[in-house]
Amino acid sequence: MQTKTIRVKLKGKKVGIAGCGGLGSNAAVSLARVGVKSFVLVDFDVVDESNLNRQYFFRHQIGLLKTDALKSNMLLIDPTLQIEVFAEKLSEETMLTHFASCDLIIEAFDQAEAKQQLLESFLSVNTGQYLIMGNGMAGFGGFEKLRQEQWDDRVYICGDFESEISAEMPPLGPRVAIVANMQANLALELLLKND
Amino acid sequence: MDITLNNRKETIEADQLTLNELIQYKNFTFKLLVTKINGKLVRIPDRDKAVVKDGDKVEVMHLISGG
Repeated sequence: MQTKTIRVKLKGKKVGIAGCGGLGSNAAVSLARVGVKSFVLVDFDVVDESNLNRQYFFRHQIGLLKTDALKSNMLLIDPTLQIEVFAEKLSEETMLTHFASCDLIIEAFDQAEAKQQLLESFLSVNTGQYLIMGNGMAGFGGFEKLRQEQWDDRVYICGDFESEISAEMPPLGPRVAIVANMQANLALELLLKND
Repeated sequence: MDITLNNRKETIEADQLTLNELIQYKNFTFKLLVTKINGKLVRIPDRDKAVVKDGDKVEVMHLISGG
C-alpha cells in the first residue's frame, strides 16, 4: 500500500488515547505522523521532570497538563489534526463515553486497576471499536519477551505480560516506546484492514 | 477434569471448581486478573459463582502497572 493510499484511508479515522504517559504520548505521535487525523486524548496528570526519560514531552513543558502538551507537540507535526482533550481521571461512566466516536482506543494507563476497569467496561458492551492494551514493559533488554496477543474479538494486548514497574525495574524510554509503537503499528494494521 | 487454561491443556484434580477456586489451585497470586470462561468475560464479583467444568476453556490474564 502506498503512502498516499495509507493517508487517504486514515484520514477519516479517529483514535482515542487513554492515558498520555509513556505509551500514550509515543503511540499518539507515531499515529499522527502516518496520517491519522483525529484524536481524543485523556489524562489527568501534568508533565513531571521524571517523565522526560520516556514520554514525548520537553523540558519547557514541565508543569503543563499532559493532554495540552501532547496536543501542542502533535500539532507541530501536523497542524491540521483534530484533537479533543479531556484533562480528567476517567470514571466507570466516562471510561467509554469519551471515546464513543473513536474507531480504536489505545489503552495507555499507568495503573493496573485502570487497565482492568477499561478492559472490563469495554468487554461488557459491544461498541464495534478496537481496544489495544499495553501490559508489561518495565526495564530494559528482553526484546524477545515482547509479544502481541489477541485477547478477544476486538481486544489486543502488547507487552511482555510480566515486568511490573518497581524501584529496581523502572520504565525506560526504549522499551516503553517499543511497546507504544507495537500498539501504534497494530492500530495501523487494524485501521487499514477495516476500510 | 481436563480444561484448556491460557491455551494449554491441563488436568485439574477436581470434577469442577469455581473460578476463584481454580485461581487458588493454580496459585495465581497476582492482584489484578481478568478472566474468561469459554470466551465470556467473568467479572471479579462473579468468580465465586462461575463454575469451571471438564472441557472448558479458561483464560486468565494478569494486568501489570506501567504505561
